[in-house]
Amino acid sequence: MSRRVLSILVVVVAVSAAALAYLYLNQGSGPAAVPIGGPIRLTDQDGKSFDSASLDGKPYAVFFGFTHCPDACPTTLSEIARTEDEIGAPAKELTTLFVTVDPERDTPAVLKDYISNFGGNTIALSGTPEQVAEVAKAYRVFYKKVPTSDGGYTMDHTAVLYLMNRDGKFADVIAYSEDHDRYVEKIKKLLAE
Amino acid sequence: MRVLRTLLILAFVGFGAAAAAAHEYKVGELEIVHPWARATLKGSDVADGFMKIINHGSTPDRLIAVNVEFAKAGQIHDMKMEGDVMKMQELTGGLEIPAGATVELKPKSLHVMFMGVNQELTPDTVVDGELTFEKAGKVKIEFMIEPAGTTHSMDNM
Repeated sequence: MSRRVLSILVVVVAVSAAALAYLYLNQGSGPAAVPIGGPIRLTDQDGKSFDSASLDGKPYAVFFGFTHCPDACPTTLSEIARTEDEIGAPAKELTTLFVTVDPERDTPAVLKDYISNFGGNTIALSGTPEQVAEVAKAYRVFYKKVPTSDGGYTMDHTAVLYLMNRDGKFADVIAYSEDHDRYVEKIKKLLAE
Repeated sequence: MRVLRTLLILAFVGFGAAAAAAHEYKVGELEIVHPWARATLKGSDVADGFMKIINHGSTPDRLIAVNVEFAKAGQIHDMKMEGDVMKMQELTGGLEIPAGATVELKPKSLHVMFMGVNQELTPDTVVDGELTFEKAGKVKIEFMIEPAGTTHSMDNM
């Protein structure tokens, strides 16, 4: 092989590598990112099938939790109910979807009892572990069982309230650290969109 | 005289109320301030408990067990936010109470996690418990039950 051919080859390889690296590094950043959210098809607290398409034209909030949750879940569900009370009539359009990340323990019957603690226009959803995993993935939600010494388990989970607009598109989030005023502000904005 | 008597009565009533709202226990060099727990929720068999532990001594101690009749287990858990993820961790080795330090178990932080609660915990009642410390030993306490949504700690009482 002549020296010239060799140097051309080296250049070609280098350019290809650079192009591949460029493509690779640009993955997951920039406007091509996949949107948060997606269709939610699960089972509600009455054992009936639920499809988020039924909320078409109305805004909704989505929270992933579980009934054995010590703090984030009751706090968030109470905050939503309080916010709905404060906003009054316009808040009637808002539905909150409480999706369990612990479908083994959280059956529809358990969930029905659980959401009755809080008031608010909430639908509690469960399904097979696979169905729940699919919805969680669409929302970029992390959850994991953590074993405890009594032979049971608790769970790590993303504790964010997702706000979805009337087109079922991601609008905003309310983080666990945000206070009541931010709930009111963000949910009012969602309802006004 | 009458005014004085009224004042005295008021002072006693006030003192009584304050003592009831912030009950305390002592064992060895440790002081346990206002153990409380949140009321149970329908559909859930867990509850969480809180208290402040002050070590007046010059050696560290360790809370190693929380035993209650009303639940299958009382575990010491730590809760942390990592980004938007809430992480739970059971402190199986117990909770250290450093010499001269105050350790507070409070909402969104260290707490006692009661698993398998077998009775309804209703606000404004008390339930018995027993704490075991590595050095100071055992102490019987009462947890006051507060409404499920309560987030306050002793700081704003």
